[in-house]
Amino acid sequence: MTTTEAPAEAPRPKGYRNSPARRVLAFLRNTWRGLTAMRTALILLFLLALAALPGALLPQRTLNAPKTAQYIADHGWWGTLLDRLQFFDVYSSVWFSAIYLLLMISLIGCLLPRSFEYVKTMRAKPVLTPRRLSRLPHFRTATTPRGADEVLAAARARLKGWRSIERVESDGSRSISAERGYLRETGNLIFHFGLLGLILAFALGKMYTYEGQVIVQANGSQFCNSGVYAYDSFTPGLRVDGTDLEPFCVKVNDFSAEFTDAGQPIQYKSNVQYQAGADLQSGTWHDYLLEVNSPLRLAGDRVYLLGNGYSPIFTITWPDGTTRTQAIQWRPTDGTATLNEGATKFDPPNVPDPFQRRTKQLAITGLFAPDGLVHGGVLTGGGPVMTNPMVAIDVMRGDLGLDSGQSQSIFSIDQSMVDDGRLTRVARSNLDVGQSVTLDDGTVVRFDGAQRYVSLQISHDPTQDAVLGFAIAMLLGLGLSLLIKRRRLWVRVVPGGEAGTGTVVEVGGLARTDQAGYGEEFTRIAEELLTGTDRKKR
Amino acid sequence: MPGAAVNETLSQYSDWSFTTATAIYVLALVFFLIEQSFGAKGRSAAERTRERARALVGAGGPDTTESVTPPAENPAARATRGRAERIGRMGASLTVLGVLLHFAALVMRGLATHRVPWGNMYEYIMAVTFIAVVTWLVVIRKFPARHLSGFLLLPVVILMFVGGTLLYSVAAPVQPALQSYWLVIHVSAAATSSGIFLVPGVASIFFLIRTAHERNPARFARFGSRLPSADVLDRIAYRTTVFAFPLFTFGILCGAVWAEAAWGRFWGWDPKETTAFVAWVVYAAYLHSRATAGWRGTRAAVINTLGFAVTVFNLFFVNLVTTGLHSYAGVG
Repeated sequence: MTTTEAPAEAPRPKGYRNSPARRVLAFLRNTWRGLTAMRTALILLFLLALAALPGALLPQRTLNAPKTAQYIADHGWWGTLLDRLQFFDVYSSVWFSAIYLLLMISLIGCLLPRSFEYVKTMRAKPVLTPRRLSRLPHFRTATTPRGADEVLAAARARLKGWRSIERVESDGSRSISAERGYLRETGNLIFHFGLLGLILAFALGKMYTYEGQVIVQANGSQFCNSGVYAYDSFTPGLRVDGTDLEPFCVKVNDFSAEFTDAGQPIQYKSNVQYQAGADLQSGTWHDYLLEVNSPLRLAGDRVYLLGNGYSPIFTITWPDGTTRTQAIQWRPTDGTATLNEGATKFDPPNVPDPFQRRTKQLAITGLFAPDGLVHGGVLTGGGPVMTNPMVAIDVMRGDLGLDSGQSQSIFSIDQSMVDDGRLTRVARSNLDVGQSVTLDDGTVVRFDGAQRYVSLQISHDPTQDAVLGFAIAMLLGLGLSLLIKRRRLWVRVVPGGEAGTGTVVEVGGLARTDQAGYGEEFTRIAEELLTGTDRKKR
Repeated sequence: MPGAAVNETLSQYSDWSFTTATAIYVLALVFFLIEQSFGAKGRSAAERTRERARALVGAGGPDTTESVTPPAENPAARATRGRAERIGRMGASLTVLGVLLHFAALVMRGLATHRVPWGNMYEYIMAVTFIAVVTWLVVIRKFPARHLSGFLLLPVVILMFVGGTLLYSVAAPVQPALQSYWLVIHVSAAATSSGIFLVPGVASIFFLIRTAHERNPARFARFGSRLPSADVLDRIAYRTTVFAFPLFTFGILCGAVWAEAAWGRFWGWDPKETTAFVAWVVYAAYLHSRATAGWRGTRAAVINTLGFAVTVFNLFFVNLVTTGLHSYAGVG
């Protein structure tokens, strides 16, 4: 980035006409200069850091929508104001985008001239030897009995690996000008171009990425990536409309978890089968052991094992003899699955009239414990492993509100229906596997145990490999640019010292980078050149 | 790895070793404070430091012994070294002993749990403070700043105390999401760079004090004059930052690769990711500020201090207060 300030404007020559076109040009030029100055880049970097912080402090909609809504509701006008100012969508907000766009322009504005400069430097020969080497920060001189040719030949040999040139100066003395550490600038440019590439690839990725979650029962059930409807939740990128997804199917055959004695999970795994591409026509299935940290990678899409839980199985036998069985996922009430809560909802069979039906819908809510223990009528869980599955349930009857047009959670019933009296509790019971409870109209609700479900995430990001490539380039460039020192060294030989015999050798050095710590190396080289010794041979 | 029983005897020894190391650091801290307060007084000490600093300019590589002309110390100066200096040397030896015990605590914790010893916040702090002390020991070998060791040990001891009491967790295996070889790479890079960043943070604060003192000798009159020259402090801060920054970048990069494998995306603005990003930007600003006219010196030091503040914030606030995917603190 440009380190020098723009030169002060030259005094306007007489007859300068301040035409609108010129003014616009001047404005553009000054804006460009201002924007690409190092100082501006620094301030923009600060603004970027500052602007990113609220994302860590406030709940973000993309990460946790319910928590965000709760936060806004809890904080009244303040929450609303923050929401208006996009503080809950920091990374897609106008101000965050503005800062990084400006920073990117600044970056390009620095990189362009610097690249030209770089090409020029790489072609140029090392600079002329300064007239007075003694004024440099590093300087050594000595008179040696060796001849000028010998000294210069030794210097050339010692400065192998340096870019150097030998010149005869106007006063007849001969000198070598050498420079080393060009890779520093190379690294610097690689780093910044890598950064630019990373930002572009990241932004492009945001266009074409998608991410979806789906719960699949671990009993051989299938998920097929055929469209948005197959997902429980789906987050598309800006240019993804949900059609044209990469087709593949996953069949979840089982799920198992291992725990420590304290109930801490230590391993989750699930045997799955999948088919993708040509398999879909041929019907071939491939096996895969899906684990945390080991996603199933298909062309374009990745399948992750993100969560798991239990689905209690309930069978309802209506008085007319029809039975229906459902296994709906319940969710853990805390981090471990010791206790789980949820709602399994049933529509009554053979009731075509919607009004009639809405008085007879059933919901089973309550708690499920894989290792249950009833103590004083209260169900507690002993651990996350299924050894003694039990439920403590309320059976609700009436209008579940499923036809109201409003979406509702699969884990709970609509409390407003209960408050309205349209949904009432008709039974409460603790059940072991195989036990049942009979309602007043003769309907029997039976608990049939539980099965495992897994929560899968499907991710699609076409640019992530490019992002990784650019990031690695950045890292390499950074290493080069911070660890390599750019330094110059000059050797001048003047035949005939004060005594008239021998050669006066002067060595001067200059580090071209901040705090380079060149002194050590300089002293060593200078000593070798002055005394004609070669440390390596000793 | 999963299911392997925790060796409780070893983990007990590790705890003892950790506590002893903390106690030894406290003792060393006292020694260093004595040296700092009563050491070869004021001006003459500063004078000598400056002299040594000049001789050591550019002591960059490991081969510093060659051909550096030893600082011309006259016998008189040697005589004034006195008791305080000896106490300082004892402090340094104690610190080395503390570091060995600290290291033993880490190793035994790792052996006890059959995994790398940085799976929760207690262990992470143990690792970060270890790196900080090791870095400091390397720094005082190269720069005349030993008498300042107390001020580095102070945050280290505080961190270790907080880690060992409030954040302590019993040795146990880690949850499935952490069972990956990336735990070794990502977390060690993060812990190492954070530990090293402690050193430039402290050096930059001293730099600010020293320059304030140089501008107006009445400010920090007693303390300021005992600090090494601003140039030395600046160099300590810069060298350590330049070393830690690529490592930190590497840590973030590995974190992104791991996140892609574990959570389904390489970057998701999780609170920890965000704060790491902020810290990265701040340190990037520090490096740039050193190449900008008018920003070198004081402003750069302020930025570096700020970067360290963000690092500490990242360790405590983000782990303990916010909830995110990085909530592995194992606390509560």
